[in-house]
Amino acid sequence: MSAVTSGWLLYGGIPLVGLIAPFVFPDYTFQIAVLWVMILFAQTWDVLGGQMGYNSLGNILFFGAGMYISAVVQIAVVYDVGEYTSAFGAIRVDFTPGQYYLGLALGTLFAGLGGIVLAVLLGLCFLGMRGPYFAIGTLGMALAAGEFVSTVQFLGGGGGISMPVFPGDPGVRSKFFYFSCFLLAVLAFATVRWLYGGRFGLAINAIRDDEDKAEAMGLHTMRYKIVAWTVAAFFLGMSGALYGNMIGFIEPLEVAFPTTTFGIFMVAMCLLGGKGTLWGPVLGATLFHVVKEVTWTHLLGWQWVALGAIIIVNIVFFQQGILGWARERWPARFGVVVDRRGAGERQGERAR
Amino acid sequence: MLANLDLLFQAPILNVQLLLDGLLIGAVFALSAYGLALVWGVMNVKNLAQGDFVIMGGYIAYSLSELGVHPIVGLPVAAVGMFAFGWIIYKVIISRVVHKDLFTSLLATFGLSLLLQQLLNLVYGPDVRTADSGFAVRNLFGGFVTVADIKLVSFGLAALLAVGVVVFMKKSRMGQAIRATAQDPRAARVLGIDTERVYAFTYALNAAICGAAGVLVSMIWVIQPFYGIGFSIRSFVIVTAAGLGNLPGVIISGLGLGVLEQFAAFILGAELQIFTVVSALLLVLIWRQIEQARQRQVVR
Repeated sequence: MSAVTSGWLLYGGIPLVGLIAPFVFPDYTFQIAVLWVMILFAQTWDVLGGQMGYNSLGNILFFGAGMYISAVVQIAVVYDVGEYTSAFGAIRVDFTPGQYYLGLALGTLFAGLGGIVLAVLLGLCFLGMRGPYFAIGTLGMALAAGEFVSTVQFLGGGGGISMPVFPGDPGVRSKFFYFSCFLLAVLAFATVRWLYGGRFGLAINAIRDDEDKAEAMGLHTMRYKIVAWTVAAFFLGMSGALYGNMIGFIEPLEVAFPTTTFGIFMVAMCLLGGKGTLWGPVLGATLFHVVKEVTWTHLLGWQWVALGAIIIVNIVFFQQGILGWARERWPARFGVVVDRRGAGERQGERAR
Repeated sequence: MLANLDLLFQAPILNVQLLLDGLLIGAVFALSAYGLALVWGVMNVKNLAQGDFVIMGGYIAYSLSELGVHPIVGLPVAAVGMFAFGWIIYKVIISRVVHKDLFTSLLATFGLSLLLQQLLNLVYGPDVRTADSGFAVRNLFGGFVTVADIKLVSFGLAALLAVGVVVFMKKSRMGQAIRATAQDPRAARVLGIDTERVYAFTYALNAAICGAAGVLVSMIWVIQPFYGIGFSIRSFVIVTAAGLGNLPGVIISGLGLGVLEQFAAFILGAELQIFTVVSALLLVLIWRQIEQARQRQVVR
């Protein structure tokens, strides 16, 4: 199979599968929708973690922030937010379809924009840190965000907010959110692919390989780093908005800012698929999600132990991930040119 | 929320109470932070499972106290048990990541942390526990300030442990080998030090220190399977604020963090305690960044 046909298969086949999946497996629409969200998670994490070498453990913050921003915007379209949230779901406001879709569209948009604003502000604070300091700082950031939101009464505190009810029957609802998530994931993938193809991709790879050198070559590293984070935050914010509406009830610690579940899944999925590759996160997310959904309920409480074990085994024994391993095995397939000449020949080349 | 701040000015004796509580709990933070500084300095591994080692030590003491063994007697048991556990963890996991890049070891220990907290959750359940030490509560200043005797005892034990570790590092052959390896692992190997064994010992020693700290936590505070991450972050705050290899700094910032937490919990409310710790971490990290930016020359 040549590279061209396999390319067509991937770029034509996956969207096709995505389009027909909810009709072929109507019972699993929700799980497949979550799979698209997972792919988006992994893909946006890899922008920083894989391509730029900034391993964030707190990207989930943008997801949760987007969820809450969209909730507030959607409610504010028709109702007083403080009154709605303080009732903990006791007040049921009937949204007309017009109000609902307007609220959802505005909410998703503002969630994305809010993600951008947050990424710029937090980027100025965090992106100057290197390596483990960045990882620990972002981990703390996400933990603090969850704790903080649980104390804000305006946002429903620890009790959470029940989201506006979808005006339509459940079958339509699940398909509506499925296609929203699918579209967003495809959009995120396309954006990321386009960015990697150009100067931006080269710049962030240069930052990963040697940041000081990149800076010495005249790259405004801080600017690139912030832009990379805003791309991730924009999509994560919007995915948070959609996910919150899909779940129907949001709450700070388990749903919006789940640092030790979704937050660490992002990293685990990228590592599994191979970080720093375009398709690695997609492959890793798919594999991880499918295996998780199939086995999880059979593990009877041991699933989280298994998750920790998976992360350890993955990072200790199989750090390059599936695609990373494949790239080492068959470099030509990935467009990597390996210089197989001896050191002597290369020496001559430099002298010339 | 800020009504409590007013209260502090109207009744200054409350400050004494908070200060005392903060110092007594801060000693335990300093102890676990010292373990982190040790591992960080010697083998350059940022151990995110630090807090879970603390909580594990606490559960060992708790289990023993359920069997009728006094927690203070349980302290050496927990320390020895955690030493063995740390040695095994080093051999199985850490030895394979110690020479790789920093994020690898960070993530491996984060995975370990998840694993341990979930295991503890399966074994002990999510309820908060405390190991009953049976000490009285002492009243000072005519009953305005109360101090549980166990807090004083634990402060003394923490100080004793810290002194013990420092003396060990200075005097014993192993301590000298650890310090030599920290300075230059290659030179240490050339001089015949088995650095692999030194690393294993350092990691195990750290686990033992954490285990002992955990016993103290279980006596003076509460333990719960998911509280570990808080202790990990506290250790990071303290070590980052103090700088590596700065033992007086670790002690001062440990005590300082304890006091800060007590005051923040009183003024802002107890539910923001982890938030305070994390904010302290962020402030320290950002402050460090500003310090470094001053020294760097940036392309503009």
